[in-house]
Amino acid sequence: MNGGRERSVMGASGAAPPAGVGADSGVDSGVASGADSAREPILRVRDLNVDFYVEGEWFPAAIDVNYDVRPGEVLAIVGESGSGKTQSSMALIGLLPSNGRVSGSAQLDGKELVGLRSSELHGIRGAQIAVVFQEPMTALNPVYTIGFQIVETIRAHRSESPKQARERALELLRLVDMPDPETRIDYYPHQLSGGQRQRAMIAQALVLDPKLLIADEPTTALDVTVQAEILGLMRDLRRRIDSGIILITHDMGVVADMADRICVMKDGRIVEAGSARQIFYSPQHPYTKLLLAAVPKLYLEPVDDADRSAPAPSLQSEGAPSAVGANAAADGLTDEPSDAPVLVAQGLTLEYPRRGRTPAFRAVEDFDLVIGAGEVVGLVGESGSGKSTVGRAAVGLLGVHSGSLKVAGCELRGARSADLRRAREGVSIVFQDPGSSLNPRLPIGQSIGEPLLLHRVARGKDLDARVADLLEQVKLPASLRNRYPHELSGGQRQRVGIARALALKPRLLIADEPTSALDVSVQATVLDLFSELQREHQFACLFISHDLAVVEMVASRIAVMSKGHLVEVGGASEILRHPREQYTKELIAAVPVPDPDAQKDRREALARTSTA
Amino acid sequence: MRHNRTPDPMEPTLHSDRQPDAVPDFASGVVQDDLTAGAGENAIELKATEGLSQGQIVRRRFLRHRGAIVAMCFLAATVVLVTTSIGWGPIPGWWKHDYHTTYPIAIAGGRPTLQISFSEGVHIGEHPFGQDTVGHDMFAMTMRGAQQSLTVMVLIGLLATLIGVIVGATAGFFRGKVDTLLMRFTDMMIAIPVMVIGLVLGRWVNGASALTLGLALAFVEWMAMSRLVRAEFLSLREREFVDAARVAGASNTRIIVKHILPNAVGVIIVNATLLMSAAILLETALSYLGFGIAFPDISLGNLVSEYQSAFSQRPWLFWWPGFFIIVIALCVNFIGDGLRDAFDPRQRRIPSARKMARAARKLAAR
Repeated sequence: MNGGRERSVMGASGAAPPAGVGADSGVDSGVASGADSAREPILRVRDLNVDFYVEGEWFPAAIDVNYDVRPGEVLAIVGESGSGKTQSSMALIGLLPSNGRVSGSAQLDGKELVGLRSSELHGIRGAQIAVVFQEPMTALNPVYTIGFQIVETIRAHRSESPKQARERALELLRLVDMPDPETRIDYYPHQLSGGQRQRAMIAQALVLDPKLLIADEPTTALDVTVQAEILGLMRDLRRRIDSGIILITHDMGVVADMADRICVMKDGRIVEAGSARQIFYSPQHPYTKLLLAAVPKLYLEPVDDADRSAPAPSLQSEGAPSAVGANAAADGLTDEPSDAPVLVAQGLTLEYPRRGRTPAFRAVEDFDLVIGAGEVVGLVGESGSGKSTVGRAAVGLLGVHSGSLKVAGCELRGARSADLRRAREGVSIVFQDPGSSLNPRLPIGQSIGEPLLLHRVARGKDLDARVADLLEQVKLPASLRNRYPHELSGGQRQRVGIARALALKPRLLIADEPTSALDVSVQATVLDLFSELQREHQFACLFISHDLAVVEMVASRIAVMSKGHLVEVGGASEILRHPREQYTKELIAAVPVPDPDAQKDRREALARTSTA
Repeated sequence: MRHNRTPDPMEPTLHSDRQPDAVPDFASGVVQDDLTAGAGENAIELKATEGLSQGQIVRRRFLRHRGAIVAMCFLAATVVLVTTSIGWGPIPGWWKHDYHTTYPIAIAGGRPTLQISFSEGVHIGEHPFGQDTVGHDMFAMTMRGAQQSLTVMVLIGLLATLIGVIVGATAGFFRGKVDTLLMRFTDMMIAIPVMVIGLVLGRWVNGASALTLGLALAFVEWMAMSRLVRAEFLSLREREFVDAARVAGASNTRIIVKHILPNAVGVIIVNATLLMSAAILLETALSYLGFGIAFPDISLGNLVSEYQSAFSQRPWLFWWPGFFIIVIALCVNFIGDGLRDAFDPRQRRIPSARKMARAARKLAAR
């Protein structure tokens, strides 16, 4: 049997895609269509319940979950964090935490998985069901080479000689398009890039030709261009290995790109299930509609700007600078001319200083950018491009190595702590992870009030009133001020982060990926709030993000960074619709759009341009 | 314990809208506009921590640690017995004998008069722990010894913790040259065996009171604490809330004291207790060797040493002080263990099958 399966993998290019695997032909229609039901489901999940024991009570994480997976089909399970999408899948292979339990039925090729003993499960894990985890860096063991880890998996399940197993490992690395596999097989995980690591993980998962592949947010930790490659690989593999794939994700773009059928989960229940087209084009359940509406969309077609209401760019044309001037003057925060740019970077070079034997690392080189008063500029780039470094330097958390960086009228190059203090009255920052940026031991009221207290703006009763006011501005009840961060949800915490950043009425706000740690629906509300506050307070903003769609929603101009250099700056619509630089074009082309048909067109267009 | 039998009345259920009294209007509207507020966003994790400050969570987890609670009761009882029996400073004692007078031998050989039997109950008698050859009351002497040992323990615990935290916090926060300097000094202190320094210091303050001995020994016990605190600071200073505080304009001192230290308090408390249990053993060992608290004053260690030659004829002279050393050291260790479990956020208690089944029945009944 192994030989047969193996041949099907080997002869991949020649093997015809199985009938009824339809995303590419676009004929996939409905759960019970004739083509689909022709193939027996490989996995049949019925009334699956997952509960967790917390503090003396059982809490359901998944309730009455039903779905089928057919060979060669991608089933996407979509939901926000805490919806039970991961736990319901991990329950299949007995990877629940020790306080979890599972009931109901899950049959893999007619064999019941629920209630199996661990020795029996051992034979199924890896051999019949394989998992690709979210973060390849933590899922691969850092002290072994990837070759060793793949060979280990092979030899754990089959009696093959080390040499044979290594041959097989090489073959798999070729299958997942690992560049130069003969060399890379002896690399340690840290020597590979994120995308290559994820390829190695997928190779490891495919070792024993699993019937079912569970991909748990396989591309969430990757950049968009790498994500596009990995998704391409998975689409390709699906045809070649004829396994069923369960894709767990929160990203509607990825779903549109990959899925044949979709289950939408909320609070442990599947609220809607259907074909990809059904879900995207005629969603029935209000939650599905809401989820789709909350996804930020890129408007790439050259639309009339008048047609769509663009909140942020319109600010510029409405005489914003004078409003800012009035605001700033009233607060006595500045004696500069109010329409002077709030951030001027010229030939800015930033370095992380040498530490011990690690040499200094140049993160940003020769960076020029001007942000006018009241203007929102998006800074876009992939991880490692140095965009966050620019943000940290702008609030004085990182020294300027050379060049010039003027923020709110203060030169930060060689600034002493007194200068920094003055500069920080005019600039503040919202951090990426609201869980980590609030002190867990301080009630949030104190966190918000800290800048006011330390800059001697307010104290005592006055301070309390200001904090209550700030909480109200970010639409949180003032009574929350005595709560601790861990008692709030992610969205609430990020609102607190914004309230703290606004405490001193800054002229410039650095927003460092403020929504990337949030669920889409929360992201939508936080972005709305952000736009509203920006309109109201007219602060300038450097909005750092990897997500082009989010940046387009808030920014009037966009700067694109790559590998520490500024690639291109321009108006938002100009950059997105008529990018000049090749890098920007690639970046935009790689973003999956949450629309199966449009995404298919984009994918084909991308394939044409890359082969041409 | 009540947590096991019934759901804690203080504990909100997942779907209830019960709010702590302090924030009565929390439920009104605003929170619900976040789509995922409350139950939506990882309800299970929120559930375990709902409505409690971190201090309360730690306290609750600690109170669930049976060993630690029992140890705490034992230790409290010991302290009460030790302070009130023969009196301590201004506190008057209720015991009729003191530890330096010689009394006529009550029973031949100075045998203990303490008798516990089912028929006659507890009979204390004239000298419950017995008497030594010259007629000292062993109960009074043990009490006095325990007083001295406890004093030394608390002193070392507090002072060594203070030194360790200051050194570790400074090194971990400022890094660079300061760190190198302080840590090499710490390494040097670690390299010299504690016992040797202890002996020298003990000799130096020889014959002195528990107070001076405690002070002296604190200077050889702080190194482990400083390394742990440094490690904690090194990781905490990279957290974003420290950056946020710096942007808000906080000075280094404020960041250390207000932002980082409270987050390191778990490590500090846990190690302080473990340090205390090591301290009581160090004091006993030194006194046993004759370099700690010396005759005419009494500590548990020198009682053990004094009477070890009498072990075969009069074992009670040896057993009673030994018993108190073990009880105190064991109690402090258990408390430290309970604290470590309580402060460790990764530690999740694995419920017993019985408890799980009970919860399941309850869910079904609902």
